[in-house]
Amino acid sequence: MPETTPHTMDAIEARPGVSKPDPILTIDGVQRNFGGLRAVDVDHLEIQRGVITALIGPNGAGKTTFFNLLTGFDAPNEGEWTFEGESLGGMPSHQVTRRGMVRTFQLTKALSRLTVMDNMLLGATGQRGEGFLPALFRPGWSQQEADNTARAEDLLTRFKLIDKKDDYAGELSGGQRKLLEMARALMVEPSLVMLDEPMAGVNPALVQSLLGHVTALRDEGMSVIFVEHDMDVVMGISDWVVVLAEGRVIAEGRPSDIMNNDAVIDAYLGSSHDEPTEE
Amino acid sequence: MDFEAIFGSALRSALGPQAAVYALLAIGLNVHYGYTGLLNFGQVGFMLVGAYGVGISVATFGLPLWVGVIVGLLAGVVLAIILGAPTLRLRADYFAITTIAVAEVLRLLFRSGPARPITGGPFGLQSVANEFYAINPFTRGIRMGPINYTTQVSWSLVVTWGLVALATLLVALLMRSPWGRVLRAIREDEDAARALGKNVFSYKMQSLVLGGVLGSVGGVMFAIAGSTVNADSFRPQITFYAYAILILGGAATRIGPIVGAIIFWFLFSGVQVSVRQMQGSDLLPGFLSGANAVGASALVLMGAALVLLVVFRPQGIFGDPRELKLDA
Amino acid sequence: MSARVRAFALSIAVLATLMVALLAPAIAALAPAAAAPLDAATGDALILAQEDDEEPAAEEDEDEDEDEDEAEASVLFGTFRNADGPVEGVQLTIAETGGSDLGEAVSGENGQWEFEVPGPGDYAVTVAALPEGVELRDPDNNTVEVTIGTGRRAVPLALGEGAAVSGKVALFLQQTLSGLRFGLIIAMTAVGLSLIFGTTGLINFAHGEIVIIGAVVAWFANIAGLHLVLAGAVGVAAAALTAGVLDRGVFRPLTRRGVGLFQLLVVTIGLSLVLRFIVLIFFGGRSQPYAQYAVQQRISVGPFATTPRDLVIIAIALVVLIGVATGIQRSRIGKAMRAVADNRDLAESSGINVERVVSVVWIAGGALAGLGGVLYGTMFRVSYDFGFQPMLLLMFAGIILGGLGTAYGAMIGSLVVGLVTELSVVYFPNELKTAWALGVLVIVLLVRPQGLLGRRERIG
Repeated sequence: MPETTPHTMDAIEARPGVSKPDPILTIDGVQRNFGGLRAVDVDHLEIQRGVITALIGPNGAGKTTFFNLLTGFDAPNEGEWTFEGESLGGMPSHQVTRRGMVRTFQLTKALSRLTVMDNMLLGATGQRGEGFLPALFRPGWSQQEADNTARAEDLLTRFKLIDKKDDYAGELSGGQRKLLEMARALMVEPSLVMLDEPMAGVNPALVQSLLGHVTALRDEGMSVIFVEHDMDVVMGISDWVVVLAEGRVIAEGRPSDIMNNDAVIDAYLGSSHDEPTEE
Repeated sequence: MDFEAIFGSALRSALGPQAAVYALLAIGLNVHYGYTGLLNFGQVGFMLVGAYGVGISVATFGLPLWVGVIVGLLAGVVLAIILGAPTLRLRADYFAITTIAVAEVLRLLFRSGPARPITGGPFGLQSVANEFYAINPFTRGIRMGPINYTTQVSWSLVVTWGLVALATLLVALLMRSPWGRVLRAIREDEDAARALGKNVFSYKMQSLVLGGVLGSVGGVMFAIAGSTVNADSFRPQITFYAYAILILGGAATRIGPIVGAIIFWFLFSGVQVSVRQMQGSDLLPGFLSGANAVGASALVLMGAALVLLVVFRPQGIFGDPRELKLDA
Repeated sequence: MSARVRAFALSIAVLATLMVALLAPAIAALAPAAAAPLDAATGDALILAQEDDEEPAAEEDEDEDEDEDEAEASVLFGTFRNADGPVEGVQLTIAETGGSDLGEAVSGENGQWEFEVPGPGDYAVTVAALPEGVELRDPDNNTVEVTIGTGRRAVPLALGEGAAVSGKVALFLQQTLSGLRFGLIIAMTAVGLSLIFGTTGLINFAHGEIVIIGAVVAWFANIAGLHLVLAGAVGVAAAALTAGVLDRGVFRPLTRRGVGLFQLLVVTIGLSLVLRFIVLIFFGGRSQPYAQYAVQQRISVGPFATTPRDLVIIAIALVVLIGVATGIQRSRIGKAMRAVADNRDLAESSGINVERVVSVVWIAGGALAGLGGVLYGTMFRVSYDFGFQPMLLLMFAGIILGGLGTAYGAMIGSLVVGLVTELSVVYFPNELKTAWALGVLVIVLLVRPQGLLGRRERIG
């Protein structure tokens, strides 16, 4: 692990809403209500550039909803957030992606009846051949396609999927699909990768390799946010942890701060008792 | 039972201009459903506006035929935009229901008495394709083994199948491109496509316009082949037949719509001729002897065939069974 | 959804709606309407006139039949009259039944028309266009089918309400009642369609055919000698049975085999073709009335002029729908239905037998559809093909309006659709009334895609 990264976070106070030296994403007053239920209610949150931030919390804490809001898949009732200094409120999801903030899904969305390679190529942005008329004129895009294919092959090699490149994505195992989804997201060349439970449903043998890929993203200079509800998985690789419960940020800090935080322990134990009656 | 006559007659429709028109409808539907996953149940509406574009321009306003063809195709574009703008963002069910309803309402509107000065109302429009037949290069009709066509039919047949070939080529080119890849991605999971930076609404709209215009081309050729336009030719069943053709040939395959159209018309017309012959030789029970029984029994069999096909061989004749397993 | 795109979509829809709104009357105005100037008549006079007018077709039939020996050729004829005397300029088209158009006829100054047909046989006479302000007595049935030998044959097409412009208020009230009646029938058929969708996710394109089976089986029982009330019960049972067979025999096994929703949708389309055309083979292509309650004298109930038949239809429909609503709200199975519609997996894991609930939905929905079909047939006539257009289309409009998948939504949406359909007749051509129901549907999709009662869910 590079020396610099822990240093950046070491100096920061472990307090909800604390400001960071170089935030890539800043969230202000984002709220989302479903009927009478307030699923997300985040006053202020900053995500530091170039580190792995884990977003944890018990089931139903609003983690995925929060993700959906930030990436334009859902619209908040209130609130503002800026990515690289640009406000993203009300921006459609595909434009969010084009600005360099790419996400994956909790339930893997491998495009089953597309080949692994087609899945990868889809991730490339700015493709000339994706316009209707240019599509008819192959020489206009064949070079770009070849470059993208080469880049996709590199990524597939790194994610150990290169042998499967001509298989349908639907033929891959669950873990391989997770890997494919992550590799595909990298085709976008993002500056911030948002992973929604990348470890869910993956067999334990693959978890280590997945975690390795996540840390590799940071080491290449990307910022990573990932959602996880299993605290143990998180502690090993994250530089910073944000804890969500009932839609609010109840704690944030280094993994060591969070492990000993009473509010977090309460949230994990308490909510699992309260929740069924509330729904 | 004269099996040679039945075979000849079935083959005659299978290769005739009508089968080619249905192939065009199915190619359009293949773009919508096969490649993009849009449940368009109103393909006949695109056919209708294409046909009436020609009919109204030529028969009502006395414009040249080529203007009518352009009007027909533009009408397809406009219909796609009007239909898609409010519904493409909604769930697939809403889209399916709206398309079927809009197509049927168009038919009612065009056949209504008040619309008669423009559309001919229930009488329809006649003599819309004189210009087309004036340039007919055929001096004698096509003959192939047991079947032959008149000079007029030969001309419309060649042109319509020619357009089918062009449409197939166009769709094949598009689907091999990155553009087609985005459509297929949307079919699989539109949220995933969105998360990868694709403007899903825009692509769905492009797909709707492309497939719709192909349906309108079918309508244009339908009007030209028969030289008439009548609203009652555009009943909702037409869309269902186009789906049957697509499923028969295999959705998301290149030549599926063509093969499907040929087989569909071979069977459809074969059954009708057979029933008529059996009626003639008193081979059928009394309830099947009415005038309605010929068309109706063919449709009952088509319906049943559609059910069996979609249950037992949903990938169609040319579909890849490997793809099918992936659905589950 | 970005505001820009939403605004774009909204403006397109408003444009489209405006186009329909402007086009329909414009087309109507363009039509060569040689309407005889009609004097104002009060609402009461109009209703009285209609009562008097109830029998003329039959009377004339007898009068003119005496001419039979004189003519060798086959001639169809008739007279159009309303409260103010003969009506000129009613356009008719004459066609062979199930065949090609033969030609047209227009009523003359004395309201009379005639048309020589090629020879003995079955013919369909359709009213293609009416002068402004004139309506058919039965606006839902602009075609009459007749059989003719040689000689002259009167065609029973009669004009009715809407005869005078100042009768608009009376007509409005009249159509409100018709709309209520029609809306209740749509609601009855739509409940099943909506609940099947809600519990299984399936859009059942064959639902209209279940309606038809109810109506047609009742018709067969009726002409076999059963009184319509009993025949209706037979029809309802047949429809319920059909729906039950579709569930147990087709959809449950296919669902268990893992057949996908799109495939099931295509199966319903195939089945609707099969059922519709089997009915055509046995029932024939003509429309037929039930033996009882076909024609009734109008009575005045407050400001409304109506027939006892219509009042009974409304009463039956109201009682049944209130019963269904209460059942869904209160009974165990009703609660289970709502639970399954709400979240199938959750319902299953909390011990509800989902397959059984779905079965009940199919059978009860089928019975309601069948009853709707019988009432529709009593109101108009029975034919093999009213199941799709207008019934299924209007059910679709109703359930989308009310919010897909709910029972109450379907009921309220259908009532709105029925009212819109019938009230449009006050201002616009009768043939376009289904188009208006759709217009409402499009507006609702834009403004409130989840329907009037539906819960908002995340879209795109």
